[in-house]
Amino acid sequence: LFFIIVFHVIHITIHLTWCFCSSWWGGVQMGPPDPILGVSEAYKRDTNPKKMNLGVGAYRDDQGKPFVLSCVRKAEAVITAKQMDKEYLAIGGLGEFTKSCAQLALGNDNEVLKSGRNITVQTISGTGSLRIGANFLSRFHGPRDVYLPKPSWGNHTPIFRDAGMQLKAYRYYDPSTCGFDFKGALDDISKIPEQSVIMLHACAHNPTGVDPRPEQWKEISDIVKKRNLLVFFDMAYQGFASGDIDRDAWAVRYFIEQGHNILLSQSFAKNMGLYGERVGGFTVVCNDAEEAKRVESQLKILIRPIYSNPPMNGARIAATILNTPDLRSLWLEEVHGMANRIIKMREELVAGLKKEGSTHNWQHVTDQIGMFCFTGLKPEQVERLTKEFSVYMTKDGRISMAGVTSGNVGYLANGIHAVTK
Amino acid sequence: IATMSVFCEVPQAAPVAVFKLSQDFNNDQFPKKVNLGVGAYRTDECQPWVLPVVKKVEKIIVHDDRLNHEYLPILGLPEFRSSASKIALGDDSPAIQENRVGAVQCLGGTGALKMGAEFLRRFYNGNNNTKTPVYVSAPTWENHNAVFANAGFEDIRSYKYWDAEKRGLDFAGFLGDLESCPEHSIFVLHACAHNPTGTDPTHEQWKQIAETMMKRNLFVFFDSAYQGFASGSLDKDAWAVRYFVSMDFEMLCAQSFSKNFGLYNERVGNLTVVARDADNLKRILSQMEMIVRTTWSNPPSQGARIVAITLNSPELFTDWKDNVKTMADRVLLMRAQLKAKLQALGTPGTWDHITEQIGMFSFTGLNPKQVEYMVKERHVYLMTSGRINMCGLTTKNIDYVAESIHEAVTKVQ
Repeated sequence: LFFIIVFHVIHITIHLTWCFCSSWWGGVQMGPPDPILGVSEAYKRDTNPKKMNLGVGAYRDDQGKPFVLSCVRKAEAVITAKQMDKEYLAIGGLGEFTKSCAQLALGNDNEVLKSGRNITVQTISGTGSLRIGANFLSRFHGPRDVYLPKPSWGNHTPIFRDAGMQLKAYRYYDPSTCGFDFKGALDDISKIPEQSVIMLHACAHNPTGVDPRPEQWKEISDIVKKRNLLVFFDMAYQGFASGDIDRDAWAVRYFIEQGHNILLSQSFAKNMGLYGERVGGFTVVCNDAEEAKRVESQLKILIRPIYSNPPMNGARIAATILNTPDLRSLWLEEVHGMANRIIKMREELVAGLKKEGSTHNWQHVTDQIGMFCFTGLKPEQVERLTKEFSVYMTKDGRISMAGVTSGNVGYLANGIHAVTK
Repeated sequence: IATMSVFCEVPQAAPVAVFKLSQDFNNDQFPKKVNLGVGAYRTDECQPWVLPVVKKVEKIIVHDDRLNHEYLPILGLPEFRSSASKIALGDDSPAIQENRVGAVQCLGGTGALKMGAEFLRRFYNGNNNTKTPVYVSAPTWENHNAVFANAGFEDIRSYKYWDAEKRGLDFAGFLGDLESCPEHSIFVLHACAHNPTGTDPTHEQWKQIAETMMKRNLFVFFDSAYQGFASGSLDKDAWAVRYFVSMDFEMLCAQSFSKNFGLYNERVGNLTVVARDADNLKRILSQMEMIVRTTWSNPPSQGARIVAITLNSPELFTDWKDNVKTMADRVLLMRAQLKAKLQALGTPGTWDHITEQIGMFSFTGLNPKQVEYMVKERHVYLMTSGRINMCGLTTKNIDYVAESIHEAVTKVQ
């Protein structure tokens, strides 16, 4: 009897243990570590006082600190004083924001805006904008293929894929010149099946910093038109690239002029420093206002089951800046300032490398534009730069110029020279 | 430029009903119009109410020079996530102490449901098993269906919930569906203040629901949008969620801070994950990151900061609880007064459900024809389902609304 009892007790215990230990999620694998996050984590752990974080894609001032724009602080004060309520925004977002967002991209006098044939919705920064666009294409556009430049922002691929689209590529970056593979791009684009979607970075290509010149954009526009491709512009750096918002939007406006009814994603993360507030816009340029209304109704249907309506704070700040003349002027100055600091750092890096005695051609560092620079460093060189100099960057040789300051550019030049001589 | 548009075939979509209702209300010129539609709190002056504690904390934020607008981590502000989960599960929750509770900061309750749905579709009941049935209550918040459908679930069903005849919970029907549904089905449960009926199971009923769900291996997904707002007590309103945790369920709980913090447009939500153990939790959160990254990359900062600062300061936390009670109490007062007035008018039918129901909404029992009468003839705006937002009632309009209901019920069948 004793053994029978013991047996039962053991049996029940095992059964209970199994019940309480088994999980729905036993089969869930650990997700792969984020490559860029990994860079930042490693940087944090490093105790070298001279360490540099050139992975992060956020602007830093010349002291290496995050920069909150004055126009943003001023706008926040204005908003606080108004004591507004916190009622839900419309699904498409804050009207004052979406209007000025579209104007910023297209130019106030654009015929598209006058005829009301665009629909612009407020989105969760650039990512949210791309995702809504991808979902919209997935639902309403026949062809599944989206052509990205090679390389492109790492997150483009999973965004489109999760939305049900298929990713293809066209040649873009030429590693032998650290520049634009214009011939390769035209060649590939000329073979893209009609009605496919082609993604273009409006300015400050991420990750290479390599942008087509205006004459090159014109030829791209021609071939894209010939192939009857649907253009999706990603503009995450308007103002931040050259320092001039109109110049940076030139390609977008040219394509519209040329008759492309484009899709456009905009982000205010970088150019207004509103990263964590998640401010962005998604625009569809339609044939006419009637079509824009239909498209708008469908965008709302897409947005509602994701997050219902967008967050107010950042959009309110952006709208206040864009629509208040002296805040807008201040913003343009500050954006110019950020772009200029980056340009200066590029120049100083090249000068520094020359001073170190490097005989390599570093012209691409100043030819490239925007936050990122594709140095041309090979993975082994990157590894050495990290191990021996505590300079943290991604394996593809990309550095964020925003992490370079007048205080550390000499050290960086020294390190790059050491691993490349 | 007259090329064939790729979008010429895009059909006009129907407007989202609840927002259309507000639009119609806004366009109406009738001086005595009343909006009992959209679910947002109103004061007795029928004005939106920014909670005093929120105003206080916003001032703190604006004056703190150490704060900037940098990206939050993908899963959100850590001090928000942990304090928000504590609100749902209780400070002393054993599950939290066992390190098996995690969270994802999301864009409102909708965003939390979305993240949970996307995760379940990928990893629950086999990989990418889009055929797993998802059960939502009949009726439920109209966006539940779309959230799960858009996440890829192909089979969304309803479980019996509202008994129109007796104007209460069809508990036998609910239990019956739990007993007969396919194993492993996902059930979306309203933690408290059921939307739209305002009818919640009793503690005893919740216990039976839990027992049946455990027995049949069903998945628990709580939608908690009104904690504190329903009874005025955070703990009371979290009873069901905490009971299920104590019964050892692995579960998801989508929390919204739109109503109880009045932070509607800042999109503050939290998906609380209760896992079997820390290792499971770690893997789950790593996969959540992947889903977040392709949807919004990282969540908005402002609202989460306000909530985190409030919840983590004893003084501000007390202020908040007071503010929440103010809102809940006003709703309770309106319920009591509406019932009293209908009874005084001798309006046909029983009106006990008005005070028995809880939270922001009441399922009046008015049929679509009567609703149409209310809207068109009386300029009192409510949902076709007969749902009214109690917050739209004030001491100034309650007589007019009571009379309108009386007319609708007596004139229209």
